[in-house]
Amino acid sequence: MTVPGGGPQVRPARWNPVSATLAASGLCALVAFPFLRLAPNRMLSGEPMYFSGVAQIPVLFQALFPTLFMGLLLSLWVLPFTPPRRLVLWLQAVIATAVVVAWVALAGWQASQLVKPETPFARTSLGGAFWALLVVFWLMATDAMQRLKAGLAARTTLLAAAVFTISLLVAQGACDDLSIMKEYANRSDVFAAAIARHVQIVALALLPTLCIGVPLGWWISRHSAAGQTLFPVLNVIQTIPSIALFGLLMAPLALLAAVWPGLGRAGISGVGMAPGVIALTLYSLLPVVRGTLAGFDAVPSAVVNAARGLGLSPGQIFRQVDVPLASPVLLAGVRTATIQAIGLATVTGLIGAGGLGAIMFEGLFSSAPDLVLLGVLPVIALGVGVDALFKLLIRLMPLTQGPPP
Amino acid sequence: MIEFLGIGKSYDGVPAIEGLNLKIDRGEFVVIIGPSGSGKSTLLKMINRMEAHDTGKILFNGEEIYKFKVRDLRLRMGYAIQSVGLFPHWTVARNIATVPTMLGWSAQTIEARVTELLTLFQLDPALYGGRYPHQLSGGQQQRVGVARALGGDPDILLMDEPFGALDPATRAALQIEMKRVHAVSGKTIVLVTHDIEEALLLGTRIVLLDQGKIVQAGTPLELLANPANDFVIDFVGRRDLGIKLLSLQQASDHARDEPAGAGPVLPHDATLREAVSFMSAHHLEQVNLMDGQGNPAGVLHVSDIFRTPAVGGTRQGRE
Repeated sequence: MTVPGGGPQVRPARWNPVSATLAASGLCALVAFPFLRLAPNRMLSGEPMYFSGVAQIPVLFQALFPTLFMGLLLSLWVLPFTPPRRLVLWLQAVIATAVVVAWVALAGWQASQLVKPETPFARTSLGGAFWALLVVFWLMATDAMQRLKAGLAARTTLLAAAVFTISLLVAQGACDDLSIMKEYANRSDVFAAAIARHVQIVALALLPTLCIGVPLGWWISRHSAAGQTLFPVLNVIQTIPSIALFGLLMAPLALLAAVWPGLGRAGISGVGMAPGVIALTLYSLLPVVRGTLAGFDAVPSAVVNAARGLGLSPGQIFRQVDVPLASPVLLAGVRTATIQAIGLATVTGLIGAGGLGAIMFEGLFSSAPDLVLLGVLPVIALGVGVDALFKLLIRLMPLTQGPPP
Repeated sequence: MIEFLGIGKSYDGVPAIEGLNLKIDRGEFVVIIGPSGSGKSTLLKMINRMEAHDTGKILFNGEEIYKFKVRDLRLRMGYAIQSVGLFPHWTVARNIATVPTMLGWSAQTIEARVTELLTLFQLDPALYGGRYPHQLSGGQQQRVGVARALGGDPDILLMDEPFGALDPATRAALQIEMKRVHAVSGKTIVLVTHDIEEALLLGTRIVLLDQGKIVQAGTPLELLANPANDFVIDFVGRRDLGIKLLSLQQASDHARDEPAGAGPVLPHDATLREAVSFMSAHHLEQVNLMDGQGNPAGVLHVSDIFRTPAVGGTRQGRE
């Protein structure tokens, strides 16, 4: 590490500007935004409750909270101004992750303190400072791992530890008095089904995308002229807003279902899953086709040439050379398409396809911000999870095990 | 082994190769050389049908190459190229095993073959067999490339400017290694290059091409001693043609059979170029030669050095 913009002499850094900036913005958010909001019922936005209010609660010296405040002190004040050596960075990563967990616990615990039997409809929702600090600590952990050039195993362990502990806290009921968990309690019967439907929409859209997109991308890599006509079309599809595309698909699908009642019985109609899945398929085509094309184009011609000269048949060259060498880039395209589809599938809730979008839009239309969150948080989790899964998959390809050739 | 009979090829009506006849015998190390665009690389690729010819016939072991299945033909011909083209997702061992695997050899035979070839190219099989190509230096990659070409024990090895992309030191080391591999294996090798030094060092016969026609074909000594025309003289290097000629001849071929006199001694297989350099540096009129066992092997006199060379007699037996 060198001091950015430092003098002529290169000296080891004495502080970590990234953590310091994050800590400063975290402190500002802590003062400026409420930690929680206390509302008489789920529709109202509620009274702000700042972090300073939390800090005055006398039960502070229970086992968890000295740890939390030590963590806050270290990550917001001490570590950013310590020379970023490896040990300091490891400390930063572990402490920031621990604070993320403790932060959730604190919010849940604080919410239970505020429960009063005389106001059963009162809601305690999460405030700006909670979210801002959550992001700040998460970025601190990520930044430390980045600087450490930590391997996939270390990153996965840390992420899994955080996810596991928070899940455990939630399962134990530590957050039951937060409004988002109350919304969950009201919707627990449809929540799991909504996630399943969401995944189903994405999977149904990706299947035809892969079946069409991968062969198409491969074909274009052999006939570049075809790409010049196809890519403009795919690009135009990408620019159509999703709502408009659903609208465009509604009329023809409704017509089809009317003409062939069999299609209607099979679930094809102007609203529901069919237009959603078709639209997602169309959107996903561009990244998949482009990734496939880039993958096959990246196969070195010398390798193919040598393979030909050694006597490999065209089929063998395709299976043993083209496909394995194109896979990492191809998978990167599929990863983009999948994450994009997970996000876009939320919008299909609008046209009756169900999924997490349905919960989110219900919250939007009834002005219940916590219900919106209940729909959005799993979408984010799905996206992050799928992203990590694809990164792992790409890392496991034989070609990407070392530095690129 | 390989016979070109009246071969012609043209691109868009422009002839690249015209009426070419050439016979390559078993065990030869034929170097095809020529300026860019002379058709040398095309000629090589015609042998394993990477390029098709328009007219004429190419015979492989007396049979027209188009009578073979293209796959069978290529499996019997090793092929190494300048950009190496190792499979980056396979280990060194699996790269070398490419052709043996396709030939359906048993796992033990393949393993033995890989070990044998890595040893031949002075790469420790235990150390390098499991590595990936990007973990090797350029020279090591090309060694593995040639080893892979030899994997299936082919009848003939085709090499298309195999050392062109390497630095001079690595290239020189690999050239010496190739010479040794040719001597040890007795394989027929056809190598394309534009580097006359490489051609003179490696070839038992040099085929000089220009504009798709053979200008001269012969041993390195024939090319230097009896160049067919000005093009040949220019190509082999007009200014130091004599020096190159000296480097192709052995001191012992010019020595007088007389008892050794006083003074320094040179090994009998030193080239005339080395002898001249030595004598010039030590201000000698004559130098004693000594064979491998340390016995006297005649005396080389300065006045005998510049006699007409014994064409075809010094480096190899055949014309």
